Amino acid sequence: MALTLQSFPTTDAAGAALAADGASRYLGGGTLVVRQANEGDPSFSTYVRTTDPALSAITIEGGRATLGASVTMGRIISEGRLACVADATKSVGGPAIRNMATVGGNLYAPAPYGDFAVALLALEATVEISDGPVPLEAFLAARHTTYARQVLKSVSFALPRAGSLRFLKVSRVKPKGVSVVTIAAILEEKDGMMTSARVAYGCMADRPIRAQAVEAALAGKPRTADGIRDALTVATDGTSPITDAVASAWYRSQVLPVHLARLLLAEQGQGRN
Amino acid sequence: MAKVAVQFTLNGEEEAEFIESGITLLKALREKFGDMSVKGGCHQGTCGSCSVLVDGELKLSCLMLAETCNGAAIETTAGLASGGVLHPLQRAFHEGFASQCGFCTPGMLIAAKALLDRNPSPSREDVVDAIGGNICRCSGYEPIIQAILSAARANSVSAA
Repeated sequence: MALTLQSFPTTDAAGAALAADGASRYLGGGTLVVRQANEGDPSFSTYVRTTDPALSAITIEGGRATLGASVTMGRIISEGRLACVADATKSVGGPAIRNMATVGGNLYAPAPYGDFAVALLALEATVEISDGPVPLEAFLAARHTTYARQVLKSVSFALPRAGSLRFLKVSRVKPKGVSVVTIAAILEEKDGMMTSARVAYGCMADRPIRAQAVEAALAGKPRTADGIRDALTVATDGTSPITDAVASAWYRSQVLPVHLARLLLAEQGQGRN
Repeated sequence: MAKVAVQFTLNGEEEAEFIESGITLLKALREKFGDMSVKGGCHQGTCGSCSVLVDGELKLSCLMLAETCNGAAIETTAGLASGGVLHPLQRAFHEGFASQCGFCTPGMLIAAKALLDRNPSPSREDVVDAIGGNICRCSGYEPIIQAILSAARANSVSAA
């Protein structure tokens, strides 16, 4: 099917065009929607994009980072002030994909993709849409319904302390393969105890999810093999892993506690991907 | 089908053409501009055989729309050799048997050029990361990695 591209100077104009035409799709970096077109998806005939420079802005002030929805993974990697999330962005694809894939697109990427969104979920990021801010967890839960035809403006999050974002992408293909499971965690520790934990999973549902049972089980415990034991027993609570060519849901459930333990017990900032 | 005007430089040459709206840069390069060095493999962003440089950044031409490249500087493997003299990367690939069937080679060369343009003395780890988005089904990768390291060494020697 012939496809056409419509470009708009502002995000709101692009949003209006997207809302008015059910056979249109938003074009960000192209890694999702052009791929769909190449695969022959007949559900759309028009690409809508915006050249609004605000979507490409990175703002860091008051301990908070705001990333325009069109900011690419490559730009985040090259922005020294965002080194705290570099491991997560480097886990996305190869260099060419990272130069194209955007923050906004990552929030819509279906499992097993969307690894950066897992990190953003652990960071309790907020998504800015035309109606205002939405917590990322709520956005992800409704990304294919309420927010399916939104043009995202930005994503913001409180900058974590250097090395405090633990991130692990498990893949069977080196150096760059799709995820078997992705885990991100922010642990607050005081006097040898974890005072709070935010843990997020990728591939353990159709979207990135928080591991609430794990978070509750870690609070008030030391970060030791004994201290995380209860958390590991509930590691798969609330999950519904995907099955794909890389791994079955059963396999993902079996290996999740092993990788979660490695991530939690690693020295700070020594997650791997 | 609606046609739109596109204008960019391709390997340093000014190019302008009317193309169908919505076609990929890969399709435009091969079918409108006759640059057959850019290969279409998976069309999913997985294999890297369609890699090009757009304003110096490595990108996948199968996932870009040609009309979004207006005003850009595009580089492909067809522009690597100069006056019949192979680029150091091409020479290293040739001498190191880093190409077998050759289908992935243009993408590998462009990915390697993107690396050496910003990091003339890469480590092996840098090279592995740089070609991490390019798939080769016959070489086993090691000759490719060695060829890129060899080209980098040759460059550093000639620059000294």
